[in-house]
Amino acid sequence: MKKQAHTLFHAAAALAALALVAAPAAAQRDPAYQAARTAGQVGEKMDGYLGAVGSIPAEVDKIIKDLNIKRKAVYTQGAQGAGVSVEEFAFGAGCKNIRDTAPGEKYQAPDGTWKTRAAGQPPQRDTRCP
Amino acid sequence: MKSLKLTFPEGPAHKAPMEIFQMGLSGGMKALMLVSGLIALGGCITIKAPEDKIVIELNINIKQEVLYKIENQAQDTIEKNQGIF
Repeated sequence: MKKQAHTLFHAAAALAALALVAAPAAAQRDPAYQAARTAGQVGEKMDGYLGAVGSIPAEVDKIIKDLNIKRKAVYTQGAQGAGVSVEEFAFGAGCKNIRDTAPGEKYQAPDGTWKTRAAGQPPQRDTRCP
Repeated sequence: MKSLKLTFPEGPAHKAPMEIFQMGLSGGMKALMLVSGLIALGGCITIKAPEDKIVIELNINIKQEVLYKIENQAQDTIEKNQGIF
């Protein structure tokens, strides 16, 4: 009985730790965007931008386009600061975006297909990713 | 003094008939040629679009060193603009 309680406590602690890790990025996201990510309608692409996974509602498509425009602006600025091309900077950001996907979210694997991020497993990333 | 002249003077220019007719091919030979031509046409290789998704290697020219170099800067950029990532 005592052992069971102990296991439960551990499970709860692990869950809390996971929530803490996932929280910072998710906290600032627009709820509609977060919902689309969780639903697997939006995926992180290798080139650093968001992509539509399958056929998605028009509202979600609008979110993707809007965020990609904002991302491009941010990448352009970052690229200038780093002295690299926008594509290079965006690709580097894509490596991180894919790494930071939460379990259940979609990302683009090096073969170009959409994959679902599995819990406790690293995503399949381009070999050039740091 | 001798006047210069060609040893074998060429005849006037004329239109030569095409060799294929000159050879006087039999009807059978002509038919065979036609058939082989048709076979050659039928043997054309048809290229079908692959069923699998075509993979386009994006940004193939991006070097790993560049990605390592910008690693921290990219991380900062993402952290400062969390709403769009």
